[in-house]
Amino acid sequence: MVARTLPVIDRDNEAYWTWGREGKLAIHRCAACEYFVHPPVPFCPRCESRDVAPQAVSGRGRVVTFTVNHKAWVPDLADPYVLALVAIAEQDDVRIACNIVECDANKVDFNMEVEVVFEPVEDLWIPLFRPVAA
Amino acid sequence: MTRFAEKNTAITGIGMSDVSRGANKSALALTVDAALEAIADAGLTRADIDGIATWPGERADGSGFSPVGCAALQDALRLEVGWYGGGGEAPGQYGAVFNAIGAIAAGLCKNVLIFRTMYEATARKTAYANSLLREGQRQAGPFSWYAPYYTYAAALQQALFFNLYVHKSGIRPEQVGQIAVNQRRNAALNPKAIYKTPISIDDYLAAPLIATPLRIYDCDVPIDGAAAIIVSRMDVARDLRNPPIRIEAIGSSMRYRNSWTQLAELDTQAQPKVAEMMWSRTDLKSADVDIAQLYDGFSFHTINWLENFGFCERYGAKDFIDGGHRIALDGELPVNTGGGAMSGGRLHAYGAVHEACTQLWRRAGARQVKGDPQVCATSTSGGPLAGAMLLVRD
Ligand SMILES: [Zn+2]
Repeated sequence: MVARTLPVIDRDNEAYWTWGREGKLAIHRCAACEYFVHPPVPFCPRCESRDVAPQAVSGRGRVVTFTVNHKAWVPDLADPYVLALVAIAEQDDVRIACNIVECDANKVDFNMEVEVVFEPVEDLWIPLFRPVAA
Repeated sequence: MTRFAEKNTAITGIGMSDVSRGANKSALALTVDAALEAIADAGLTRADIDGIATWPGERADGSGFSPVGCAALQDALRLEVGWYGGGGEAPGQYGAVFNAIGAIAAGLCKNVLIFRTMYEATARKTAYANSLLREGQRQAGPFSWYAPYYTYAAALQQALFFNLYVHKSGIRPEQVGQIAVNQRRNAALNPKAIYKTPISIDDYLAAPLIATPLRIYDCDVPIDGAAAIIVSRMDVARDLRNPPIRIEAIGSSMRYRNSWTQLAELDTQAQPKVAEMMWSRTDLKSADVDIAQLYDGFSFHTINWLENFGFCERYGAKDFIDGGHRIALDGELPVNTGGGAMSGGRLHAYGAVHEACTQLWRRAGARQVKGDPQVCATSTSGGPLAGAMLLVRD
């Protein structure tokens, strides 16, 4: 596969893209009311607390929706790959864009249970998801 | 005076440059063609134009997505204006129209030149890959969340939303394909359309998959071209040469998470509350609509709008379009009568406004809808972006 395009890192998203080094998926959470805030913002829209910080979650989730790509948008992108939105197990309205890996593209389905794995690229750890072993 | 400012405005002229898969002139020259045609069509001169609006404004990134902004066009035409504005942070492509309505209401101007220029056909033949991402460049902003996952085109994000729609609605590919087949049939009657050769449902089904459930015929076609409209204050409009096409109601709301990943209902995207807002600003109902120019960046947008405008029930579009008769030129609701962006060319919702006016002014020649169409619903869509307008010819 071709190289992954990487995000610009800032104070708010740094934990999300780097905590994979310790195998942890970091999602911002409100210390006052425990609401998960994603994309990460240092403000809780539920209780208006500013005490919101990254916290490791289980890394489990479900496939909300997905698509199997067939078009070679750039050279060497031949194999079908899966782009998905995964809802984290802790809070269903937190959606994470990702690729589903370690799985036949045609086997991915709605509501499939998945777990996070990380792929190191340069200074970042990119969250990906794979099916939970049956 | 009405409390809804759009009711004090009307479209008074339209223009469109040559539309092609490779222009023989610059993007600015195409824009000038469209603008001058619209100004003349309204019976105005350059001196009468006192406002300019566009979406998303100039993007000098080589992509051809929006190569011309207000400043370049204003200086090319040497316009003297009371107001101008172009920018991408708006409820979709019609944000330029909604801003113009506000500017007219504020007394800043009375004849606004609104335009949209695309130069994507040339861009894709030269340096720019068919891609949202730039090689070796890190991605900032809302698309950074998709950046590492080979999300090279809007088609991929949209495919995520459309696949969920397919899952929830049970629509079948041979039903989806009716949108593409209908528009190709209409395009054959439109001299400016890009693709005029008819296709069948079998052709649709045999075409390559882009990203499930999107096939190649579900996608609009990148072009070089420009479209322009003149939006005038109503008292001015009444004195001009064309019957005013009133902007009866607009939908510009954003009452969802403004995000390409966190939208509450991914399968309907931002459309339902935009449609709800539009209908709340008029006494007209969906049954009063004669024709519809529904956004078709991808065919599923059109399908979604049929439901969200209330032409059929939620997840009822599959039955509404089955067989294609209802949406045909001679059907109960002719849809995308000029071939839309999928066969006509991607003028990004402004081709649709141009076609709406062409039909309402009964200038559509061989593709003219029979009878006397007076009411047209138009729309844009894409993730958190959506807008709607109800146009009525007096
Ligand atoms: Zn809170």
